[in-house]
Amino acid sequence: MPTFTRTMGLRGLLKENRERILNNWFEAIINTYPEETVKFLKNTKDKFHNPVGQTIKEGIEGILNELIGEGETDKITPFLDRIIRVRAIQDFTPSEAVAFIFKLKEIVRAELNSQALQNEELRWFDNKIDELALKTFDIYMSCREKIYELRATELRNWTYKLLERANLLAEGEDNFKIK
Amino acid sequence: MGALFSFGAVVVLLLIPAIGAGALKMHSLFGVVIPYLAVVIFLGGLIYRVVGWGKVPVPFKIPTTCGQQKSLPWIKHSKLESPATSWEVAARMFLEVVLFRSLFRNLRTEKTPADRVVYASSKWLWLGGIAFHYSFLIVFIRHLRFFKHPTPKFVSIIESFDGFLQIGSPHLFVTGLVLFGAAFYLFLRRVFVPAVRYISLPADYFPLFLIMAIAGTGMLMRYFWKVDIIKVKELTLGLATFNPTVPDGIGVIFYIHLFLVSALFAYFPFSKLVHLGGVFLSPTRNLANNSRMVYHPNPWNYPVKVHTYEEYEEEFRDKMIAVGIPVEKEPPKEEEEKAETEETEGKE
Amino acid sequence: MSKQAKPPKPDELAKSIDYKPPKTNWMETPVEFKPGTYCYGARPKYLEAVEMPNPREWSPADEDWKLPENWKEIVLEGMQDRLGKYRSYKLFMDICVRCGACADKCHFFIGSGDPKNMPVLRAELMRSVYRKYFTTGGKFFGKAAGARELTEDVIKEWWYYYYQCTECRRCSVFCPYGIDTAEITIMGRELTNLLGLQTDWIGGPVANCYHKGNHLGLEPHTIQSNIEMMCDDIEEITGIRIEPTFNRKGAEILFVTPSGDLFGLPGVYTCMGYLMLFHELGLDYTWSTYASEGGNFGFFTSNEMAKKLHYKIYAEAKRLGVKWILGGECGHMWRLVHQYLNTWWGPPDFLEVPKSPITGTVFEHAKSTKMVHVAEFTADLIRHGKIKLDPSRNDHLKVTFHDSCNTSRGMGIFEEPRYVLKHVVNHFYEMPENTIREKTFCCGSGSGLNAGENMELRMRGGFPRANAVRYVNEKYGVNMLANICAIDRAALTTLMQYWVPEVDVCGLHELVGNALVMTGEKKRTMDLRLEPLPGVEEEEEEE
Repeated sequence: MPTFTRTMGLRGLLKENRERILNNWFEAIINTYPEETVKFLKNTKDKFHNPVGQTIKEGIEGILNELIGEGETDKITPFLDRIIRVRAIQDFTPSEAVAFIFKLKEIVRAELNSQALQNEELRWFDNKIDELALKTFDIYMSCREKIYELRATELRNWTYKLLERANLLAEGEDNFKIK
Repeated sequence: MGALFSFGAVVVLLLIPAIGAGALKMHSLFGVVIPYLAVVIFLGGLIYRVVGWGKVPVPFKIPTTCGQQKSLPWIKHSKLESPATSWEVAARMFLEVVLFRSLFRNLRTEKTPADRVVYASSKWLWLGGIAFHYSFLIVFIRHLRFFKHPTPKFVSIIESFDGFLQIGSPHLFVTGLVLFGAAFYLFLRRVFVPAVRYISLPADYFPLFLIMAIAGTGMLMRYFWKVDIIKVKELTLGLATFNPTVPDGIGVIFYIHLFLVSALFAYFPFSKLVHLGGVFLSPTRNLANNSRMVYHPNPWNYPVKVHTYEEYEEEFRDKMIAVGIPVEKEPPKEEEEKAETEETEGKE
Repeated sequence: MSKQAKPPKPDELAKSIDYKPPKTNWMETPVEFKPGTYCYGARPKYLEAVEMPNPREWSPADEDWKLPENWKEIVLEGMQDRLGKYRSYKLFMDICVRCGACADKCHFFIGSGDPKNMPVLRAELMRSVYRKYFTTGGKFFGKAAGARELTEDVIKEWWYYYYQCTECRRCSVFCPYGIDTAEITIMGRELTNLLGLQTDWIGGPVANCYHKGNHLGLEPHTIQSNIEMMCDDIEEITGIRIEPTFNRKGAEILFVTPSGDLFGLPGVYTCMGYLMLFHELGLDYTWSTYASEGGNFGFFTSNEMAKKLHYKIYAEAKRLGVKWILGGECGHMWRLVHQYLNTWWGPPDFLEVPKSPITGTVFEHAKSTKMVHVAEFTADLIRHGKIKLDPSRNDHLKVTFHDSCNTSRGMGIFEEPRYVLKHVVNHFYEMPENTIREKTFCCGSGSGLNAGENMELRMRGGFPRANAVRYVNEKYGVNMLANICAIDRAALTTLMQYWVPEVDVCGLHELVGNALVMTGEKKRTMDLRLEPLPGVEEEEEEE
């Protein structure tokens, strides 16, 4: 990735507008759920009662905080993971599941539009989001693969003792034949 | 859509007595016949519904247990949440009916890690429910003064409490306002909470509008378009003593109010409002959690085809014998030996 | 890439793929069968094996479900019949006021956001049909009275959503009238089963259990050899050889447990725990290969099928002449033993009121059913100091306890397992208050939904549970999720691997087995999973 040094400009503006950006971003993601559910996901603050809404909230907070800070992809990945892990098993197509990261671009643009920003900074930000977007695809795929893996593992676990026994018997027969 | 439909229906209900009793002066019909009919339908309907449920058996003892079962003597048993005796069940039911305990349960769960109660809507639902039902009850009791002469003592006491604000003349009754307000809140909730709007039917809006209209006409009549209360009582006492008279000169607003109440009475048994009677019969609440202690018979328990041990052994006898599992019926000697040798060969 | 400074437009891509459901009334929104959310249709051989109607090859994703010609008549007659038999069904059709208190209590709604997963709406799917055909208002006013026609689309919708309910009863805790969606789901499944709409994952175990005595179709010799293999492992761990008996007449106690613990991971470790405990006590008990299933997938089919499958327990107790029955750790098995078994086949007067031969405790609370839960049995042993425990052997574990839905809200066994747990481990942490006990969240795989093909659905439904586990994992370092249910042991293991891979799953009696100090045992260097006990090696090195 190209390494652009960030000036205080972008970082400062993100920090200044943090709450609004988070709110808009959260809203945009939550609005991808059925209308009847939106209010529940948005307003229920108890994280045990509303794990979907709160996971998304904590996730985007983490992402934005990291972007305001050093912006290291490795540190952002766990937060991406939390959000995608949820969306990967809900009623979304792959593109719907990962679209939330692009939303940030849109929202930040809208927020910072009036503010004077250097092109370099904007380009850094765009590149960063693109990089994170690629990461989200990876995570999404790994979640999906995990689902398939779990199916196989579970089947094996269900019949573990039977398989073990079958293997033992097979060994026994082999020995017998060799004799 | 459902709300509009229901609103329209209540407007029609308003117009019927306005025209019938107001313009056409059919006072006997609206003052005597319809109220009598409504009460008959109410009582008959309610009995019909409750008996209807009561006739359906409870095949299994299926209380929802919300606390520790009664088991070992040194383990604290949760008598209210997992009642084991009839008295404990009665206590559970009492709290359920009187305090809406299950609905209240929402409160305790809604805390942030910082222990701040946040999920206010659940609390509001419980509060709205309590306010609605209790104000309705008090309003109902207050109205007994119209059906009994002299006014019973407890009715007067309740009235004096209800009018404690001592505003206006006659004194403002708080419960009338609360009833209207609570019904309005329950209505707003249906409109503005998307999940609740999604599940709401016309049958959910209709009773709310009807009750708001009843409370509204009642208050109008008491505070603004006053009617001759002596004549009203003459009519209502007449109804109560089965000696109906229809005095002249009672304002049409009274007939509208009375008709709406009649409509509510007649509608009651055939709508979701019968939850009043149903709640007492709910098998997840009114049964004791003692099903391992006390046998619960199912009146329609019919015989079913089963796979007996004999059939089972028939299928697996050889395999069982081969590994030394005891069987009921040993196979004939000769075959047994043969089977055994075969099995041993196979096994080694 | 161009270098120009023109501010880019808002991202069109992200905008164009907003997910919004079609804005139609729920009654007019037919269900879409998305892979990962439904189970396969039952193969005909399973239905034939237990003489259930309309056996055929079919798939829920098919347009044509090959329903019988007169399917509508069958369903309506079925409803009529059941409305006259179950007060719960009739009452719950009538008295709901749609207050919405239950709406956000369902783990499937919380995890999926699908509004048809709100318990009230799940029930309305059926109430709407009930109103149309069984109430005067519905007949006359139709949609205005919340009524709708019974169509094939409605049947599909029923099927989809009644197999997205785990009958966990959480909603009924919060309902002011105690309306239990499980009762309605049970009816929905009974009715669809009249049309041959069984899932393969339920149909198979039902057929197996009917003919062979247990869900996996283990034959007697296989059961015996599986348990003997566990005894081999126990011998390796403890140096003690255990010789359990099978179908032995004259034993004092018959032991019945879900067959999942006889062959599956991590259930076998729980089973090893039982074997060790009973051996150490010198308990006069027997296994049965005929009544080799405590669980009952028939309950996810119909009341009649459930009754058929659970016939074997009392029948076998009678044949063997035991005095009473001890039951292993299982969720829906205990819902049924506690609330149904006695009514189906009891009272078993040929048995005696259960009495612990070790402590002399008479289990008065089970005096009619004559069946005692193993956690009750073990708690009583510990209370009387009858077993020696070394909880430090579980010191590498930080344990939390999952209350299984059935044993919580259909039985009320909360303290016994906790009492046992606190004596066999040193590090026990509760999950947050609103996710345990009567408010416990389901594993998302109960009531026969623990198949492979609906994995996404299971992960959604189990998310609220996993989320609470993650919390105690992060806060206290919890790494073991204990429970008293065979389906939990299998399903939570998978759930954890997706959501909180740091946490493993075990049964209560696996921990008992680890902590149990047995007479004449060698020094333990392994746990029941044959994994080295941390700490022990270091100790030995020091020595």
